[in-house]
Amino acid sequence: MTILSTLPTVLAARPGFHAPGIEEFNYDCYGWSKFLGPACLNRTTILMLLVTAVVAVLFLVAFRHPRIVPAGLQNVAEYGIDFVRRQIVLEVIGPDGLRFMPYLVTLFVFIFFSNVLEITPFINFPVTSRMAIPGFLAIVTWALFNWVGIRQQGLGGYLKGLFWPPGVPWFMLPLIAPIEFVSTILVRPLTLSVRLLANMIAGHLILGVFFAGTVYLLAQPKTFVFGIGAGLMSIALVAFELLVAFLQAYIFTILTAVYLAGSLHPEH
Amino acid sequence: MNLANPLIAALSGNLNVLGYGLGAVGPGIGLGILIGKALEGIARQPEAAAMVRTTMFIGLAFVEALALFGFVLAFAIK
Repeated sequence: MTILSTLPTVLAARPGFHAPGIEEFNYDCYGWSKFLGPACLNRTTILMLLVTAVVAVLFLVAFRHPRIVPAGLQNVAEYGIDFVRRQIVLEVIGPDGLRFMPYLVTLFVFIFFSNVLEITPFINFPVTSRMAIPGFLAIVTWALFNWVGIRQQGLGGYLKGLFWPPGVPWFMLPLIAPIEFVSTILVRPLTLSVRLLANMIAGHLILGVFFAGTVYLLAQPKTFVFGIGAGLMSIALVAFELLVAFLQAYIFTILTAVYLAGSLHPEH
Repeated sequence: MNLANPLIAALSGNLNVLGYGLGAVGPGIGLGILIGKALEGIARQPEAAAMVRTTMFIGLAFVEALALFGFVLAFAIK
């Protein structure tokens, strides 16, 4: 349920305050897409396709007539690419990580736009708050850093690095080997996806509670004064969520870069 | 559940929230130490700010993950 559609409910049910819960994240399939079977479209998938289209169109339009002195949209796109290049790739991996630029830029821009849907008026739903999307992105990253590790160090070398980190004495192996293996193979993709998912769920719920609460408080004369405070706080939280949207895109991309760097330059 | 015991009776309801509150204590302390130390490092050596900030964000992501697991599990476990 969007915040807009919450308004009438809250106004009608004055005595009881309805706090938004986890059920706000479930959408049913649209009737006209039932012929697609299990792949039928709901609001989340439509929004995801919208983000994909917006990102693709943004870059296509920005670089249709590239100029040496960039202007307008090209400036924006170049700033985004330059940010990933300087702050993430060169900082974390080094010059030999530049070949992963296309993946990392796509990841950063896609996650950022998906997160920003949370505070886009009339949409107000971050598609990254459904496990499918961060989960899929984490699986792609997982496959990529494993593949790069095997290509770079050979299967034997990569597995040895996984089970036996350099400098560990042999009698510690029964303890270290399972921890290292589980933390690299299982915990990495899990934390990567859950971090993004949980941040977006939390952000959406906080905004929902604050806006619904503002309307609820403003509707009654006794609590009108508190409603003004809650309203100002809601607006501040929108700005905060913009920061979170950027920060989560940055963290997802930088951790992907850290994992790739680990596969490219193993410890000796 | 023994409802005659007032403490247990008061605690009934959504216990997950309580668990999340406890789970947020450790990461809260951790974030304080992490960001405080990073600020200290930047203040002592401002020219290393970019490097310290990048490493801080990576560490921040790991510490934060613990609190977020608690948050997700509070919803996941009924």
